[in-house]
Parts: sequence; structure tokens; C-alpha cells
Amino acid sequence: MKYEAVIGLEVHVQIKTHSKMFTRVAAGYGHKPNTLTDPVVLALPGVLPVMNKAALDAIIKAGLMLNSGIAPVSKWDRKNYFYPDSTKNYQISQYDQPICLGGFVEIELPGSARNVMGEHKKIPLTRIHLEEDVGKLTHFASESLVDYNRAGTPLMEIVSEPAMHTADEAFAYLTSLRAAMVYGGISDCDMEKGQLRCDANISIRPVGETKLGTKVELKNLNSISFVRDGIAHEIKRQIAAVESGGTIVQETRQYDGEAGVSTSMRSKEMAHDYRYFPDPDLMPVKVDDAWKARLQAECPELPFEKQRRFIEQYQVPYTITSVVVWDRELADFFEEAAKLSGKPQAAGNWIVNDLLRELGTAKQVLAESKVRPAHVAELVKLVDAGTLLNNSAKEVFIDMFSTGELPSVISDRKGLKAAPTDLGELEQWCRDAIAANAKALAEFKTGKDSAINAFKGPVMKAAKGKANPKAVDETLRKLLAQM
Amino acid sequence: MSDLTDLNIDRVANLARLALTPEEKTKFAAQLGDVLLHIEQLGKVDVTGVEPTAHAFPIYNVWADDVAQAGLPVEAALQNAPAQRNHMIAVPKVIE
Repeated sequence: MKYEAVIGLEVHVQIKTHSKMFTRVAAGYGHKPNTLTDPVVLALPGVLPVMNKAALDAIIKAGLMLNSGIAPVSKWDRKNYFYPDSTKNYQISQYDQPICLGGFVEIELPGSARNVMGEHKKIPLTRIHLEEDVGKLTHFASESLVDYNRAGTPLMEIVSEPAMHTADEAFAYLTSLRAAMVYGGISDCDMEKGQLRCDANISIRPVGETKLGTKVELKNLNSISFVRDGIAHEIKRQIAAVESGGTIVQETRQYDGEAGVSTSMRSKEMAHDYRYFPDPDLMPVKVDDAWKARLQAECPELPFEKQRRFIEQYQVPYTITSVVVWDRELADFFEEAAKLSGKPQAAGNWIVNDLLRELGTAKQVLAESKVRPAHVAELVKLVDAGTLLNNSAKEVFIDMFSTGELPSVISDRKGLKAAPTDLGELEQWCRDAIAANAKALAEFKTGKDSAINAFKGPVMKAAKGKANPKAVDETLRKLLAQM
Repeated sequence: MSDLTDLNIDRVANLARLALTPEEKTKFAAQLGDVLLHIEQLGKVDVTGVEPTAHAFPIYNVWADDVAQAGLPVEAALQNAPAQRNHMIAVPKVIE
């Protein structure tokens, strides 16, 4: 029997704010334990939560970017549970009236080859709600230690419909979602810092079946490649279990990416009963059209939109756009270089091949690069004009990456400009080459076009290898036509 | 008395992480039963035409600007902790 997997993802994204969700003590990562607390974080008696306006702006913007409907009114609920990661014994969250409803994330599946665009799909979202993050526990042999720095950080939960069927789709979903959140300035989405966390609900069913199978929740997917590996592993595990006559138990499993195995964490038979109820301390949120319009105006063009525009507007191939659009800064860099040079594809090739290679070797990020769009544009123009030959241009690029000097300056300094700069001298070399090879001249005259190549060697030799082949070819043809 | 079969005192106590004696169970089951009875009475009020709401007052959007302020020094934050280590609160080992 053939099986298909059904996958839904719950993605938590920390919103990049200065202060916490319901109080104004600073939010942040990497601080000394318990230095980002105040009476609200610690739930001392008498405190009251007050919403963070910037966090509300961020989730509405996220919703608009992901095509969600924004609820005119949404409210806050208490999710009750006893665990030391929460000081209050409840987490403020949104139960039945979240801020964002519906929406979708556009994804691209792997193409048939690296240079071929893959199939695009829209993965529907159920909802996005806002809540507060919880404290961090570190477990030791005989005790657990609690740090409340993370507690109260604004946290969005983005819930997809169970609409994905392969680990590749889940990987593409997370890649696209993360890029959108980074593009929008909503979060840095650094998974190592816990700014983006992913849980997957996975079930299998025979192909053709419409009812969902028993789902397993996979936790601890703490890098995007672990998400892909963990889901692929879980799908295989479930199919193997069913094929060998077993059943799937509803449970939570933890994936160990290093070892490539998953283990059961707890059985869901005693499902959590969170006894949600409206938080009396917090008044509801009302979003009007003016607020939405203001945030809509701040929504950036998303990677796939940008890619479609680049292909249309600059006629650049997929191999360039598929690299540059995933990083907003790189996409802006490309676009500026494309405009300045007037040769988008050539500019794109320098960026995708040479600039990214040099950045990688130097372990630099784009913001640190001394090569700016104007450098790339000038280099493209010099090559296009025949002033710089390909090999010289490569040398110039490496030089300008380390010095930050403009290509024209470097090629003058290093004497890399194609020779001769005096066209009269080139013409003389060409005349000499033709005069020295009567046989090739005769062959050319009788229609053997390739005979022209016999003249090029001596010209190049005279130019010490620096002649521009295009100029040599043109000059030779001009002279030959006169003979 | 209303039908209180829904009230499972053991489950309620477990959710609240409370260990109750048999006497306490009887006592609290009765008290909580009265609360449920009261809610049941409220449930009989005719609310036709009344829009459901979580709050009695039509107040919305009570917020503050995102400006970080100083919090508590770690010593103050931890002064009520029964046990601490490395500036963290030490609790009995808990793993779900």
C-alpha cells in the first residue's frame, strides 16, 4: 500500500522589540541570567500587564505580509498550567480570538535541476496569534535551574493547516516564512538563539484516504535542516510501524538531529487541560482600517514577488534571482548594480559568483564588503567596452574586494587595461600578421572563415596577451575586407 | 443540588498540583459544587440579543510604547527564591 504524509507546522517567532510583551523591562538574548526581570515578569502581587504597541504592529504586519485576515477585535486569554518556566502559572495567549486568521505562505519546491525553477505552492495558514514567551529551564542531575530573561518576550505562533505532504515542502515553508519575517524586520529568526522554533504535527494515511491519521508531534527541531531530516525520519518511522502491523500512538517525540533518531517524550493520553479563560487584566485589541493601511504601507516586497519582478524587469536568469532574492540586502545590492551598469545579467554574475565567493572566503557579511554596487557596475562597463579582458577583470575584482578601490583605478595601477589603447597600433599589428601569412589570407579569401584565427596569434603575441579579442577580430575583418 | 458528575475533584487537584486528604476532597468538592451551581443559575439568565464579550467595559487598545526601562537587579529578583545557583532559581528537577 502507498502512504502519504500529512504535515502541519507550528512556528513560534520572537518579535524583535526593545521591551517585553506586557511590561517595559528590556527583552534580549545573551544577557546574564535573571537580569531582564521586573515585578510583572516575576508575577509579584498587584502587578498589571500593559500591551506593547510595537509587538501589535509587528504581528499585524506579519499577518498582512502572509495574506491573513486581521480580526477587527481580538482578545487575551490565560493558558493555565503549572511548570517552573512560568511565574504566574499561566501564559497570556490568545485562544479563540487571535489577531490574524487564515492566510498563506508561498513556497517553491526543488526544481529538476539547480538552474530550473521548481513548482510553487501556497500553504494555507490557520491563524497567527500573539503570546508571551516563557522562561528557560536547564536540567541537571538533581535539580533544574530557571532563568526568566526570556519570559515575557513577545512571541507569535504561526499555525499552518495540515497541508504539507513531504519534508521538502516543510523545509520550503520554513525557508519562505523565515525570509518573510526577516524581510519585514519582525524578527531576526536566528534558530540558534531560539528566535524561531518549530514543532511539526505529522501523520500518515493510505493514498486516497481523506481522513487524517493519528498525529505525532515532533519537537526540538532546532535548525531548518533538522526540520527536514526530522520530518523525513518520522514519516519513514510511521510507515514502517504500520507496514509491520503496528499502530501509531498519539504522542510527542523529540528529534535528535545529531544522532538522527527520535524518542518519545510523553504520551498524549492525559492531554493537557489548559482551562483557557479571558484575561481580566487585559482589554481587547481593536484594529481599524487606518491602522492596517499604515502597516500595509510598511510591508516589503517578498522574495518571490521580487524574483518575478527581477526576471521580468531585468531579464535575468533564475540562477541569479534564486540566489539574490533571499537576502533583502543582497537583492537591493543587485538591483542597484543592475541599474548602474545597465547590464543586469553581467552585474548579477559578478555578484552571485565572485562577490559571494570572496565574502565566503573572507568570512564577511555583505554590509562589511568594500565592494559596493558602483564597483560592480564600473567593472561591468569596463569589460563590456573591451577595456578589461575576462582574466584581468577577475584579477581586478579580487583586488577591489580587498582594497575597495574602483576598477578603473586598479586596472591603471596594475596596467591591466587591454592593449593597445591606441587603435592605430592594433591596426599595424594586424597588417603585419596578415602580410606574414599569405596562405591564410588566400584561404580566407576563398571563404574559409576560420582562417582568420591564424592571424590572431601573432597579434596577441605583439600585444603581449593584452589585446582585446573582440577588437582584434573586428580590426582583422575590416582590413581583410579591404584586401 | 445540581448534577455534579462533571466535577472530578481528583482531576482538579491534579491540575492544580495539590495533594488533598480525603477530608479536604469532600470539603472542596462541596464548595466547588456550590460555585458550579451558582454558574448554572447565571446560565439561566436570558441573554438573547446580548453580544458575547469577555469584558464588561467597551475599552480597547490599552498599551504603552516600546521603550525599554530598567528592571530589577538580579539580587532583588531572586531574593524570594527558596534556592538559587549561578543567579538562577533552583527547583526540583522537572522534565515533562
